[in-house]
Formats: sequence, structure tokens, C-alpha cells
Amino acid sequence: MNGYALDGVRIADFCWLWAGAYATGLLALLGAEVIKIESMARPDPSRKMTLTVGQAFEGIDHSPIFNSINLNKLSVRLNLKQPAAVELAKKIVQISDVASENMRPGAMDSIGLGYDVLKEVKPDIIMLSSSAFGAEGPLRRYGGYAPSFACYSGLAHLTGYSDGPPNPMTGSTDLMSATTSAFAIMAALNHRQHTGQGQHIDMASVESLAVFTGDALMEYIMNGRVQSRNGNHDRIMAPHNCYRCRGDDKWVSIAVATDEEWQAFCNAAGHPEWASDERFSDTYSRWKNERALNDLIGEWTVNYTHYEVTEILQKAGVAAIPSFSNEEIFSDPHFKARELAVEVEHPSMGKQVVLGPPWRLSETPARVTKSAPTMGENNEHVFGEILGMSGKEIARLIEEEIIY
Amino acid sequence: MSEKGLGHLKILELCNLVAGPYSTKLLADLGAEVIKIEPPGAGDDARRRGPFLQDNPHPELSGLFLYLNTNKLGVTLDVTTNTGKNILIDLIKQTDIFVEDKPPALLEELGLIYEDLRKVNPKLVMTSITPFGQTGPYRDYKAYELNSYHAGGEGYLLPTQSPDLSREPVKGGSLAGDCTCGLSAAIATLAAAYRMGATGLGQHIDVSKQDVLMTMALLEVAMFANMGIVRNRIERPLLMPTPMECQDGYIMVSALTDREWGSVVEFMGNPAWAEDEKFSQWLSRHLSGDEINPPVREFVKQYKKEDLFHQLQNKAIAAAPVNTAEDLVKSPQAEARGFFAEIDHPKAGKLKYPTAPYKFSRTPWRAERAAPLIGEHNEFVYCDRLGYDKRDLVTMKEAGVI
Repeated sequence: MNGYALDGVRIADFCWLWAGAYATGLLALLGAEVIKIESMARPDPSRKMTLTVGQAFEGIDHSPIFNSINLNKLSVRLNLKQPAAVELAKKIVQISDVASENMRPGAMDSIGLGYDVLKEVKPDIIMLSSSAFGAEGPLRRYGGYAPSFACYSGLAHLTGYSDGPPNPMTGSTDLMSATTSAFAIMAALNHRQHTGQGQHIDMASVESLAVFTGDALMEYIMNGRVQSRNGNHDRIMAPHNCYRCRGDDKWVSIAVATDEEWQAFCNAAGHPEWASDERFSDTYSRWKNERALNDLIGEWTVNYTHYEVTEILQKAGVAAIPSFSNEEIFSDPHFKARELAVEVEHPSMGKQVVLGPPWRLSETPARVTKSAPTMGENNEHVFGEILGMSGKEIARLIEEEIIY
Repeated sequence: MSEKGLGHLKILELCNLVAGPYSTKLLADLGAEVIKIEPPGAGDDARRRGPFLQDNPHPELSGLFLYLNTNKLGVTLDVTTNTGKNILIDLIKQTDIFVEDKPPALLEELGLIYEDLRKVNPKLVMTSITPFGQTGPYRDYKAYELNSYHAGGEGYLLPTQSPDLSREPVKGGSLAGDCTCGLSAAIATLAAAYRMGATGLGQHIDVSKQDVLMTMALLEVAMFANMGIVRNRIERPLLMPTPMECQDGYIMVSALTDREWGSVVEFMGNPAWAEDEKFSQWLSRHLSGDEINPPVREFVKQYKKEDLFHQLQNKAIAAAPVNTAEDLVKSPQAEARGFFAEIDHPKAGKLKYPTAPYKFSRTPWRAERAAPLIGEHNEFVYCDRLGYDKRDLVTMKEAGVI
């Protein structure tokens, strides 16, 4: 066994909500020991409910959502409104490599856990602060959630139909922001490994999505032109869309980049005459006559299932794949073969299905080792075994609602 | 001169278009030395995709290419020739990290898979970014970003709050899919580099774009698996789930908590309809979009998006205007954070570029050089690094190797 990539890395995790929690969640999958510091005085909302579909969960330890993004973590309770709890949090930071938080800028400073303080406690600490707009600038005090990130960044303006309203996408934008934070922490860890130096990272969620619109930003900067949303339409490829297939709301995505692929498409579809149709004879013509092309292709695909179209076209070397729903992905042979979904035993919910890490490391595999923690599940382990506090002392702190 | 965050890492990139190049750009922008390999002649396909500076479709003027390849060195090499392959292997010997995005079957055929390369460099970290990964029945399937986005499950849900299911699902905007894949791959790459730094252990990383994008939709997946909820893109009566139209654009207003909702009601002047008992509990309020959204939409119409944004945020309500690229470039926030930085390029001249969403206190993002011209660093890499004679380069160029 070669262990985990991040063996020996400990993270004092003050993060919450999806954009915070999944950042350290990704590093926990790579083997970092992540100690989530939370409290009944301020429980992570994702422990209690999901706004995506509008559903409340029983208590604070029955959320499949919280479980999915906090896998492998440990949890301790600390009510940071109490000065004694802040002191204990510093003790955790003292034995950690990274501290992470996504409160509003300034909030950690005001409870006495700002970077200046943490640096005193642990000189080479890496501290990640993630916020909606960043810790500097006129909007630093403004708050936001995933849809605000998508809107302010410019990404929502570029998502949706050309004749429809802008679309803020799903909660994925929170996870994209979290992924950015995880990357920044990894870069700082590599730098520290090489130089021994820690540092502070100020991450802005709106900017984490703005960098995904680089082509639109460059278009404006270079040519003064503002791009707008346009469905699945591409700036040169055609066909390039989802086409309706047999069944209820079933669609296949098809993208053709070259004349060779178009020839192959027409032959595979049993319509070699489309290839010689003047309206579609080269990339530019196809792009120019995309509407007519889409109608023609849609009339063909609707006679087949999305899997049949996929097979016919992929055999000919044409890019096609179903637009998968969250239900049908579970019966997909490739999804099953990749074993991305795994079962994990949760202390209060029992068996839960979760998605594991999106990467396969050959020597130090990232993997799901346990469910997300119940709140304060590891109080004794962290305060007792790691920090060496006596059972009596821990009991007193619980009594005083410092460990709360 | 500030410290370089990743100045100790040497990276070799054999990637095309967006996902792979974005992954190594992130590392190059933090100081890693990235040598990008392009096919001789045409180069990276991104060079032939716009936007182009002043609409001039020149391979050195693609804004897409310029953006995705900042701070890299560039060489040309045809790795499908025997000489090209041998040069690649020589470069691998001097590299910490090799990032590639070629079809798995092609690399096998060329004898360039990890098992081959670890023999010449046991500490090598090799990251492979492909549409469906190195294993499984779709391993050899072809996919462009559109396909990957829909394979990943979020496309089926977009645009959210559709009036009906008559229209096609769409992908996330701009480069969101491919950039997310490159970003995620960079995490695993750096985790493996960290392990290599600690123990000297090299390894291979298999990144499937479908897996990455599926994990971005993991909450939807968890909802089906554990709660039996099948999701689609059709409208649900949720509380203000999408941006609302103002005089001059759209604004998103999120009122998730009781406190936020109370502030929204107060801001609207405590209208009588808002006093409904049902709206006082978060869950019933959150499911009352049918009743709440129409009067709120009516109210919002009288404002300009930027004015309303500041007024709501001053009441601690999470609002955000729907920005265009122009809005963002002109935003005082972006200005104050230095989100755009000027870089000089020999052909494109001085242009502003979006930088990065993170500010490192010790090792800031920096623009050391613009994207490379095609083959710009052939002489530096092949002569200075590998010891070829300048005359060798001429012959190799004539032979189409570089």
C-alpha cells in the first residue's frame, strides 16, 4: 500500500454550505484529515434542508446532501461565540497544515481567528478564505449564493436559449467554486512543501466562474462585442445540439467538427444524400443552414433510442452521447463500469449512495472511506486523543456549551 | 520579484483545445514551467477558433488560444513519427508532470502510455484527461465539450425552470464544462506532485471528463439514489429561483433564510400579500413561488439592475445583477481586485486578460509571458535543453517532425 496522496495533511475546516464544504471534501477524498469545526449554535444549513427541491430533513444528521459533500471528514463541535471555544479552535489550527473558511470577509477576524492570529499560532499555516466577491474591493461585504455567483460572473448571461432569459444553472456552480478553492489549497501545499512557507488565499466565488467565460471576455476586450446565450449552438460546429429521441424526454447530443465526420454521419444514418446536399456540403454551409440541418437530424433521431443513435454514430467515429438524467445514469453500463457511485454506511441514515472522487490515481487512489460525520461525532477523538484533553475536561466543556 | 508558487515544477503538455490546456495554464500562471507541444503546421485547434483580434482569423490572434496558454513555452513536435516520439521521451526524462489528452488507443499504439514512460522516469506524474476515461465500455468514444456536458448529467437540467419539455436541454455557458474538467484534473495532478515531493513516488492519473462533470451534479445524483427524486428541467414553484427582469437587464435575488425574506418584504414596503401565514415558515414559503414570484417580479421591474443590486445588498440581501462580459470588465470590483491584467504579445499586442479567482498573499498570479507563438521555443527546448544542433532543427523541420 502506498497510502494516500495527502497522507499527513491535516485541515482545520471552518467551511460550510456547498461552496465551502466540498472544497475540503475533495481533499478529504485524497486522504487529508479534515476536521470540520461546527456547532449546534450555527449548524450548516445543508444538514437541515435542500432548497433545490424544497425539502426539510429530520434533525441535523439525516441529510443525504450534507453527506454527499462532507465524506471522509471528522467533526467536532465548537461554539465559536464562546472565547474558550475560539482558544480550542486555535489548538486545532496549531496541529494543522491548512485552515479553511467561507464566512463573510472579516468575520473570522472578528471572532479572533483571522489570518494574523492563525499565523501566530502556526507560522506556516495555509489559510483559505472563500467569499462571494472576495476580501478586497468595494463589494467585499456583499453576500451571495450559487445563483448570485453565476449571475455576477457572466456565466448565467451565456446559459440558456437565445430567445429565453439568462439561466443561473444548478447548484453545480457552488461545487465549481469549491473545486477552485481545493486547487488553490493544493498549489499552496506544494509551495509550502518546497519552501516551508505558508500563506493566505483570498478566493472570490464570482471570479471562479468568470474565468470559465474566457472566450466571451476576450471577445469583448478584443472586439468590443458582447456575446449572449445561444443554447447548444457553437461558433462554427454544426450539427452541434441535442436531438429528440424515442421515449419520454430523451435526447442525444451530437457534435460534428469536420467534413470527414459529416460524411461518416450521413453514411451511418443511412442518408448519404445529405452529404451531397449543397446546404450542408462544408462546415460553413452546415453552420449557415443549421436550422434546416437540425430539423433533418431530429426527424432521423426520433425513430431511435438515444442509445441506438449513440451506437450508430460512435461506430462511425462521430461524437454522440445521451443527455443523461440523474435516474438513467444509474443503469448506464459505462457509469457502472467506472464505479463512480459507491455505497457508504451512515451512522443514522444507514446505506447511502454517494459519488466518489472524479480521478483515478494509480498508486495512491483517492476514495470514500467513510460517510460524512454526524455533528460532533469525533469530539472525543480530536479533543481527547489528538489534543490530549481528559474526559473530565471534555465533559465540563460540553456542560458549559463550549463544545456545543 | 515575488515568489513563484509552483516554480519548482516542470510540466510537459500534449493537449488540444480547452480542458487540457486550461489545466496546465493554471499551473503555468502560478510559476510552473510548462512546455506545450503542438502538432507542426496547424498547431492547437484553439488557434483556429475565435474570437479573433479585430476579426482577423490568424492563428496567432485567437483570443481563445491566447487566454488558455498564458505563461507557457511552446514547441512543435509530431509525436506520431519515430523521431518525434524519441524526442518526447527525452523531454519526459526532464519533466515532473506530463499532461495529455489523446485517445487511449492512440497512445497505446505509439507506445507512450504511463507504463512505457515510467521506465524512463520513475518519478513521473502523468495525467490523462479524456472524455470517458481509460477504462469502461465508452473508453474509445469521441466527445466534444457539448457531449461531455450532457454525459455529465447537468445538461439535462438546463435551462432550469423551463416552461415545458418541448425544447432541447442545453449545456452550461461558454467554457464551463471543459474548464471545470481542467481545473479538477489540476487538483489531482498537484496532489500526486505533492506525494512525489514527499516520497519520490510517481503515478498515473486517469481523469474522465464525464466523471468530473458528473461529480458537479453529484447532489442531483444523490437525490435520485437516496431520495428517489427524478429531476428534469421543468419549472417548479420555488421562491425566486431565476433572475428577474429589471428596466435594463436581469437581477437575481436569493432570500433563503427567514431574515433575508423579512428584509425583502421590508424593502418592498411590507405589502399586504406578503403577510400570508404560509410565507412565515421557510419550507412553505420556499414552495410558494407561484404566489410570491409574480408580485415580486412586478416590483423589480421599476429598477435598474445595478441600483437594485446595491440597495438590496445594503439590506444584507444576496442579490446579483446578471452581468455581461462588458459589465464585468467595467466592474469596479474587478478593477479593485486587479482581476484583469495587461499582457503584451508579439502579434496581438497589449491586451487585458482575465487572471485568476484567487489572490495568494505570498505567490501571486503573474503574467511572465503571453501565449507562445507556434514553435516559438523550439530552439530553446531542443538545442539548449536536449542538446540538438541548430542544423538538426532545420532538417527536422523539413522532415515535418517539428
